[in-house]
Amino acid sequence: MNNRITNILLVGVGGQGILLASEILSEALMLAGNDVKKSEVHGMAQRGGSVVSHVRFGPRVFSPLIPEGEADILFGFELLETYRYLNLLRPGGKVVVNDLKISPPAVALGKETYPQDIPERITGTFSATTLVKGMALAEQAGNLRAVNTVLLGALANQLDIPEELWQQAIRKLVPEQFVDLNLRAFALGRTC
Amino acid sequence: MEKTVLSGNEAIARGAFEAGVKVASAYPGTPSTEILENLTRYRSVDASWAPNEKVALEVAIGASFAGARALAAMKHVGVNVAADPLFTLAYTGVRGGLVLVTADDPELHSSQNEQDNRNYAKFAKVPMFEPSDSQDALDFTRLAFSLSESWDMPVMLRTTTRISHAKSVVSLGDPVSDLPPTSLQRNPPKFVMLPGNARLRHPDLEARLIKLADWAADQPFNRIEEGKGEVGVITSGISYQYAKEVFPEAHILKLGLIHPLPRRLITTFAERCRTLYVLEELDPFLEEQIRAMGISVHGKDIFPQCGELTPGRIKAALQGTSLTAVAGADQPLTSRPPNMCPGCAHRGVFYSLNRLKAFVAGDIGCYTLGFMPPLSAMDTCICMGASIGNASGLVKALDPEQARNVVAVIGDSTFLHTGINGLMEMVYNGSTATVIILDNRTTAMTGRQENPGSGYTLRGEPSRRVDFVQLCRSLGVQRVRTIDPYDLDATKSVIQEEMAASEVSIIITQRPCMLGRRDFLEKRPPLFVDPDKCTGCKACLRIGCPAITWEADAGEKGQARIDKVLCVGCGVCQQLCRFDAFGVHDE
Repeated sequence: MNNRITNILLVGVGGQGILLASEILSEALMLAGNDVKKSEVHGMAQRGGSVVSHVRFGPRVFSPLIPEGEADILFGFELLETYRYLNLLRPGGKVVVNDLKISPPAVALGKETYPQDIPERITGTFSATTLVKGMALAEQAGNLRAVNTVLLGALANQLDIPEELWQQAIRKLVPEQFVDLNLRAFALGRTC
Repeated sequence: MEKTVLSGNEAIARGAFEAGVKVASAYPGTPSTEILENLTRYRSVDASWAPNEKVALEVAIGASFAGARALAAMKHVGVNVAADPLFTLAYTGVRGGLVLVTADDPELHSSQNEQDNRNYAKFAKVPMFEPSDSQDALDFTRLAFSLSESWDMPVMLRTTTRISHAKSVVSLGDPVSDLPPTSLQRNPPKFVMLPGNARLRHPDLEARLIKLADWAADQPFNRIEEGKGEVGVITSGISYQYAKEVFPEAHILKLGLIHPLPRRLITTFAERCRTLYVLEELDPFLEEQIRAMGISVHGKDIFPQCGELTPGRIKAALQGTSLTAVAGADQPLTSRPPNMCPGCAHRGVFYSLNRLKAFVAGDIGCYTLGFMPPLSAMDTCICMGASIGNASGLVKALDPEQARNVVAVIGDSTFLHTGINGLMEMVYNGSTATVIILDNRTTAMTGRQENPGSGYTLRGEPSRRVDFVQLCRSLGVQRVRTIDPYDLDATKSVIQEEMAASEVSIIITQRPCMLGRRDFLEKRPPLFVDPDKCTGCKACLRIGCPAITWEADAGEKGQARIDKVLCVGCGVCQQLCRFDAFGVHDE
């Protein structure tokens, strides 16, 4: 990584805890001594819509948006949304993706179908793909809502940040009564 | 110095606190909302929601005239509402420093237009800062207060979505401590803008703006960053960051104060560059003024005027190609637009309006999503409060038979914002239209902010609550009905009756937002679909609830299923089922 900027694109569905995950990620990156920028859109992005968050870090970051086709890691919380943004990943980039399907409105109404074999299509183009059983691990941690920290644990395996800084970031940004749950979830994600 | 990661909005709140701001007022609007929410962290600041942006600015003006530092914040279209006081405020100037934040939304992430509010600075004759990241946002907010006082001018601070909602590392400063106390001070020639007084203030303002432009040429917030070669870029705001990315070698003139422009500095910079680009989002605001200085530049002849810039779009424009799609796989994918939440109180109303084939004059809020299929029950949407005036005009223009179909829908907060004026017009001029006030006791779309109808203040403290029924009666409306939008039969029949009535009628829905977190929310167990009873008729799909999914492989011809985690048990779907297939989970 050295002197260059690293780009992580987080994608998923409103309500999955993507914004909190990108907060924790940015905090840990800053604690590790990086310049960090992140950008996302609030408002309409809630209510089950498609959500995207850009996180960039390195010695000095200018644009808060990842230049198109230069993402190093595509960090997906849902399969279809991950596939939707696949072309923003650079050749040879990595994918960390939750093995979860959430039906968009047209699919829920029975008017369109959810594309099958997305994991195969992703791994077909990007061999460095980690498919995470996020929901099962979150349930194991004690709450399905902790899936975002499970996934963060899986992402952490791709980044060179000391474990204690991740824990420090989680303690700072997660409400106190949920810290233990999230630390468990993060540790389970680390096993992926 | 303490370092932390802040969004642009958090940094503006911090900067205002450090500058000793005493009064802050705003109406929520994406992407500006978090500025006031973050100001509540500081007990020294009187931060509150106003019913609309005009009132917010007027509150800030009053505080300034008392000698306090004051801030008003709003989204770009909010400045249209506040424009009336703004233009005259430029003439009076200030006593305590006054900063007006405008948060613009290029790309229309969450807005009805993408107007470029830099034009307001020139039009209203108000200096404007434009930060390029969160550190700038904090520093420029502080600077704006001192500039406001030393030049006797209100100062605007303009952000865009990528500044307000982007986070970056910020060094915090110490709060100022030597501000003078507030007091009453009479100064009619300055504060009473009758023609005789205003006529004298105008030339004084013009003279100060000329001096300010000259002074600004030597200030560190307008700076030249030396590069290599003969290419130069003049830029400001978020575009500066993209310029650093796309033109790593170029000389860059970064403008922090974008009105009035530092002509002397721009001319000096232009002399050293053979090729000069002006990189700015939306209008050629800088470009036209720089061209008027007799300087030849590239700008909108190359770069797009619509939407936001991105590093990729800039590179494509330089190569003469276009890059409109940011995302996209090798084939069109089913889209994922936002939807009303499970249990949303608006769903039953829009379902009924759809069934009644009403022509719906819509408004700004979560309920604008009533436009989306399958509800598909919104026919106009212009701006905050427009639904009622639009409905009145439609009724005036149509024959009585057609006019009966016209219904205005407006949320509680939007009604109090600017809808109420339209209702006065309707009553006064004898309209026959029907108006539905969707009272969910919150300003939901921007993330559930309080309003004068919610019963709580910005700080979450209990407050007096507007009584919508009494209010409408006092305006002269004779037919005021209240309904529970979870009761589909009653909702539909009341709307039908009032559409038929030959005078103005008001229907007020009384169900709080599902995301509301307080006492008035009723918790119900989730529903399930009994597979032995579901015939696959799809009637329940017509309300477009995210908790209901179609399982094509279930039953003989497919069946509906309910996601137990998402369902909040509102029971609207149950009322659509003719086969008694919905049951309630025991909890």
